[in-house]
Amino acid sequence: MEAGTPDLVKLEDLRVPGQLSGRKHILAILVENKPGVLARVAGLFSRRGFNIDTLAVGPTDDPSVSRITLTLDGAVHPIDQVTKQLHKLVNVLKIRDMEPEETVAREMALFKVSAAVENRAEIIQFADIFRAKIVDVARRTMTIEVTGSADKIEAFERMIRPHGLVEMVRTGEIAIARGHE
Amino acid sequence: MRAADALMESLKAEGVKNAFGIPGGANLPMYDAVVDADFRHVQTRHEQAAGHAAEGYARAGGNVGVAFSTSGPGATNLITAIADAMLDSTPTVFITGQVKSELIGTDGFQEADILGATLPFVKHSFQVTDARQIPDYVHEAFHVASTGRPGPVLLDVPSDFFRADIEYEPRTEPVELPGYKPSTEGNIKQIRIAAKALANARRPIFYTGGGVINGNASEELRELAASDQFPVTSTLMGLGAFPASSDHFLGMLGMHGTFTANMAMDRADLIVAIGARFDDRITGKLDEFAPHAKIIHIDIDPAEISKNVGAHIPIVGDVKQVLPKLTREYRALQTDSGRMEAWWSQLRTWKQEHPLYYEPSTDGEIKPQSMVETLHKVTNGEAIVTSDVGQHQMWAAQYYGFEQPRRWINSGGLGTMGFGLPAAIGAKVACPDELVTCISGDGSLIMNVQELATCVTEKVPVKVFLMNNGYMGMVRQWQQLFWDRRYSGVELGASPDWVKLAEAFGATGLRVEDEADLEDTMRKAVETDGPVLVDIRVTQEENVYPMIAPGNAAREMVEAPGLVR
Repeated sequence: MEAGTPDLVKLEDLRVPGQLSGRKHILAILVENKPGVLARVAGLFSRRGFNIDTLAVGPTDDPSVSRITLTLDGAVHPIDQVTKQLHKLVNVLKIRDMEPEETVAREMALFKVSAAVENRAEIIQFADIFRAKIVDVARRTMTIEVTGSADKIEAFERMIRPHGLVEMVRTGEIAIARGHE
Repeated sequence: MRAADALMESLKAEGVKNAFGIPGGANLPMYDAVVDADFRHVQTRHEQAAGHAAEGYARAGGNVGVAFSTSGPGATNLITAIADAMLDSTPTVFITGQVKSELIGTDGFQEADILGATLPFVKHSFQVTDARQIPDYVHEAFHVASTGRPGPVLLDVPSDFFRADIEYEPRTEPVELPGYKPSTEGNIKQIRIAAKALANARRPIFYTGGGVINGNASEELRELAASDQFPVTSTLMGLGAFPASSDHFLGMLGMHGTFTANMAMDRADLIVAIGARFDDRITGKLDEFAPHAKIIHIDIDPAEISKNVGAHIPIVGDVKQVLPKLTREYRALQTDSGRMEAWWSQLRTWKQEHPLYYEPSTDGEIKPQSMVETLHKVTNGEAIVTSDVGQHQMWAAQYYGFEQPRRWINSGGLGTMGFGLPAAIGAKVACPDELVTCISGDGSLIMNVQELATCVTEKVPVKVFLMNNGYMGMVRQWQQLFWDRRYSGVELGASPDWVKLAEAFGATGLRVEDEADLEDTMRKAVETDGPVLVDIRVTQEENVYPMIAPGNAAREMVEAPGLVR
């Protein structure tokens, strides 16, 4: 028997691996920090019909490299095909499909809510429960900063919306692999 | 050194012997350097044609094709050729002039964001932002264009940078691009599994594509096929990699492929896809494609594996490296050579009962299929044949019978009408000692007919055989078959007078209307010096068969009316 290969290969035993994972994926993409690279990545997604759910771009510890974190739905898109297409871009250096169990993912959101004086105590209470920060107070509004998983931010939004959500902005998730024991 | 001269030196260092293009405002300083460049510049009459000529050059000769244009409309005229080169994986480098760096973003005269416009169609592109980048970018551009899965690379150079003074040293060191490392060898474990699967296959078929030609692996394919009784079919792009006259060859597959090739794919138990990408013109209805087959997919581009059709045994690598390993592994196995007997008996029956067929002419009318067969006869089957896109392209693919790679040059993926004549110019420049012919149609040829002027002034003696049926024939066929014969926008009338047109350009024009004169006229065209255009009046409403209607499965193929079973 040849090393590592089965002695017999029966055609009926051959299988194609499944294409759709059915869950959300976070891709961490290291790219060369050059003009136009984001356009190449974004253009690839649009022309291949892949939908980006969130996208965050920023510098890394190496000034020649930027990190793109994007999330997309593995129930709709074959992630393997997405990463292989991304790898064809010459400016893409490395792609990591983050394992949910081994990843710390965070997103930040700012909520501007209408806050009449009689409602402020309740809003501050919500903020406390979510470990959110009040970052601005005006005569009629309060602005709250929330950091956490996408689920947590969405939960906060559901709580605060009945008070009158004036404006909301989210960064999109960023993620990093957990340290090993 | 002036950067424009450094650019010419850089091209020379990459082995460039010919380039195609047109000057304009933004690349004027570059064209000043072209005067003293150490390679031939062929001046075309339209930038699109310069691009297609570069493609024809690359496909016929195997070297990187190069085209130049100026900024704005010159550059946008190149886009069709760039997209064409992308879809057919043709190694090409396009160098566009750009407005002066200080004008970029101001909507300056003849400014177009060509880098942005071509992003979806390039393998890679470079925007020069400092004249000193030029030598490195040229070196990298040729590396990216010609390695891995080949493709088009664009280099956009603002006008003022051509005039800059830079240090120049030839770049000879290997290119190091951290994000670009094509895998070429093929995983040996996967290759072994593939060999063992082949050994167990009772109804195998090789489905080979343009990758075999791009990878220069024709010999390696023939060796593998000779290891056993393996039948071979080819895509439009792969014709010639395996000899059409071989008993093992089933003909082309796909929408206008042979009955045998398509039915063999439908019934196969193992398909070995080699440098092919399961295009919709091959698979037809995806859900019903090759329902009994397991797939071994060999391709240098990992993204092609399982893109359209899931691969059971994926092998990422250069076909030229993978095929000899697969041959070796297969030959080392104990195989039962009798296991394919029933398969071959079926294949032979199909071949015999369902050949390519057309109703022969009875009244001197020239059948387009017989025109291709006559061309094969008068060229001994040895010509380089380029084509445009449409019915003539399919008949050329079906009836010429290509024996060698790089003899059949057409626009397969993008399907660009107007490709054939400029591609023939490129092919003739690449292979001046070969007979280069272009089979075209009256709908296609006129789209780049101005290039007859290039043929005459640049002394590029290509022979154009025009299948003139007075229609955009393939569209007419679809309107006839699928739109209740409501012809819309397909009639071409009797304009132009092609013979006079050829003569007006300074080429030789010939006309043939009777089958009795066909062979002599075609022979005369081949033997006449200089560029020749032959206006061949063929049956007007002939259809291409067999045909798998779009969205149908192979089993639903329609054969030529009149074929006696």
